[in-house]
Amino acid sequence: MRTRLHVNDTTHELSADPRLTLLDALRDVLGLFGTKKGCDQGACGACTVIIDGQRVLSCLTLAAACEGQHVLTIEGLAAADELHPMQAAFLHCDGFQCGYCTPGQILSAICAVQEAHAGVPSHVTPDVRQTVNAATLTDDEIRERMSGNLCRCAAYPNIVAAVRQVLHAHGGVAL
Amino acid sequence: MRAFTFQRSTDAADAAAAVAASSGAMFLGGGTTLVDLMKVDVLAPDTLVDVRRLGLSNIVVSDEAIVVGATVTNSQLAWHPAVRDRFPVLSEAILSGATTQIRNMATVAGNMLQRTRCSYFRDVHASCNRRQPGSGCDALDGFNRGHAVLGVSEQCIATHPSDMCVAMIVLDADVHTARADGSRRSIPFRDFHLAPADTPHREVALEHGELITHIVIPHLPAARRSHYLKVRDRASYEFALASAAVVLDLDGGIIRAARLGLGGVATKPWRALDAEHFLAGRAASDETFRQAAEIALAGAVGREHNHFKIELAKRTIVRAFAALRDGNV
Repeated sequence: MRTRLHVNDTTHELSADPRLTLLDALRDVLGLFGTKKGCDQGACGACTVIIDGQRVLSCLTLAAACEGQHVLTIEGLAAADELHPMQAAFLHCDGFQCGYCTPGQILSAICAVQEAHAGVPSHVTPDVRQTVNAATLTDDEIRERMSGNLCRCAAYPNIVAAVRQVLHAHGGVAL
Repeated sequence: MRAFTFQRSTDAADAAAAVAASSGAMFLGGGTTLVDLMKVDVLAPDTLVDVRRLGLSNIVVSDEAIVVGATVTNSQLAWHPAVRDRFPVLSEAILSGATTQIRNMATVAGNMLQRTRCSYFRDVHASCNRRQPGSGCDALDGFNRGHAVLGVSEQCIATHPSDMCVAMIVLDADVHTARADGSRRSIPFRDFHLAPADTPHREVALEHGELITHIVIPHLPAARRSHYLKVRDRASYEFALASAAVVLDLDGGIIRAARLGLGGVATKPWRALDAEHFLAGRAASDETFRQAAEIALAGAVGREHNHFKIELAKRTIVRAFAALRDGNV
């Protein structure tokens, strides 16, 4: 199966068995080991990547289904030596311990901030009819919006702090 | 995972024909159920037909209805301003399920076709009439804490896991489909899912190769006052032990009409019509809601580990209606 895939601004032509997941394509074919394989069954969020602006699980995504799509992985975030604001916030807030879940956490967090700036509700938003105000988003909101990323080291308080720091900074986050 | 052929399609009739052509072929939407179950050998299609590029990913809003394309994602639907405004119960139900990553992938049609989370269904070494007809049911006398108490049979007690479908059923949505021969039809949402009875492997009213194209949710002014309450073991990212989708049309303290759907306790998205009929014309009191809850669960059958769900579901119903009455949602 031939598939054209744009990963972090580089276009790849894959020729692979249709069983190949996007996660295995990134790691085993393209050598991008930043995306992590945790559970490989859609439960832990370690394999989170951003496809066409949306955070998704690469372990449940078939590479063949990504024809022509744009995939952003953790390797594509920093500009040369300049960290993405969310990467810097995780460092500043000590938002990790072993680091295995961190690439997925950071990519998920970037989208969580963008969704909040777009004003969309979550399960804990008191009234789904209201537009959410990112500047006053509560920690409960951050936790709910980040619940798809598990951290076995339980660095959650500092992860929430990192997301809060970026969320409350001016202008939101540009991908 | 077993080997399969992957087909890209840009036309609904072609996609339906491609699946109809092989008994082992399946449609692929977001993949959150299908790819997961292929990895554990519960599903082994010989052909996958990707339906996400058929032009079925739009939401069209009119005065009469909201028309939702089959491959609209769960996030797209839950976040849509018109859905949040007209059908808060639907937005709340979707947002209470899974995680943002999964909701960004999962399609609306795929949500309707998702398979049960029964651990015996997911384990190819266990007996399961739903997975392998005639093999028995290990859940009946097994670890059945999460299993259904409504719509059960001696063949299967697997819970339908969807939150979205519980809202869809109280909104009286219609499911529109296309078949390989070019014909189209619509199926009322409440007839779409089948209780297991003696054929638990038959889960929905679709023929092989029949493709869901869109879902029509008719305008229901009363649904502006609607709510989804989900009770579960964790605060987030967990399936329901019991849930209630409620719509309340009030005239002062009197109920003009009410709608009630139940999740987490039934083998299919559950509509409690008898309870709804009871509620019409009565005072919107906690006592009335409790009586309606008794009616809704009258046919419930508990087993060793899931008896608690019967009382839990009743309390969930009362709390959901009371919260809606009090504007506390």
